Amino acid sequence: MSNKQIYWDDVQAGQELPSLPKIADRVMLVKWAGASGDFNPHHYDDTFAATQGTGGVIVHGLLKHAWLIQFVTGWMGDRGTLKRFECQYRGLDHPRTMKTMNEPDDGPTWHCIGKVVRKHMDGDAACVDLEIGVENGEKQITTPGSATVVLPKRP
Amino acid sequence: MIPEEMHQCIGMVDPPTVYEVERGAIRRYADAVGDNNPLYRDEAYAAASTYGGIIAPPGFFGWPAGTPSMGGAIGKAITAAMNAGYFRILDAGKSYEFFLPVRPGDVLVGSPKIADISEKEGKSGPMYIISFTTTFTNQNGATVANATQSFICR
Repeated sequence: MSNKQIYWDDVQAGQELPSLPKIADRVMLVKWAGASGDFNPHHYDDTFAATQGTGGVIVHGLLKHAWLIQFVTGWMGDRGTLKRFECQYRGLDHPRTMKTMNEPDDGPTWHCIGKVVRKHMDGDAACVDLEIGVENGEKQITTPGSATVVLPKRP
Repeated sequence: MIPEEMHQCIGMVDPPTVYEVERGAIRRYADAVGDNNPLYRDEAYAAASTYGGIIAPPGFFGWPAGTPSMGGAIGKAITAAMNAGYFRILDAGKSYEFFLPVRPGDVLVGSPKIADISEKEGKSGPMYIISFTTTFTNQNGATVANATQSFICR
């Protein structure tokens, strides 16, 4: 993932990034709550979540944002730099419940997807603009976004 | 029509919050995301990389991440929305400009400022959108990133 470097010269507008599959389950949401410090019960307490008009427990927006950052930074490689990033939580996602202590029940798999929109130079910086998003199991983008990365040029 | 109690919050700035960026917190954050990038966890690998040492995933500025204190301006704006009957709060989105990597041991300071409060007609009725921007500065006085976050109150 991080060992293979991509170069600006080799990137083309319209090119798709390899998608990153993700499975949100209840355990991941609890881990995220602890790691991020967001203890809103909307993300783990069914009784509270039922009062929020979202059809139950939902995946944290910030967790989906972190998936997208993993997706972009993994693609750009160690010598790439993330300069700009944005995403919007447009659609709600419901995590899978658990079958065992650490194995989720059957359910949707999400994918981080993206493509190159534009290549341009900003001074000395070789920039690539990306259109990105989290796609749910029904192939709907629940979390659209965009990013700009700076990539190394071939020597 | 945005209630006066909310309108007054636009431009308000929270007192600075200090974030000590801990190695273990970086690791737990990357683990929770499911991101195995060795730059966040493998000292030898990171030392040999262009960064010369472990860094935090972009978007992590220390714990707690992305949850502003409810005691300040943002809490005031959200309380005002609740007082107006908009008691269901959702995170709406996030944007960043990144300037420098964040490293374990960094001490970052950020003061969230309420950039805007607007009203919008959503699928489930009217909603207020509260957005606030935080500039994170490190122990050397350098700007690390600007982060903007929005909440929907409906």
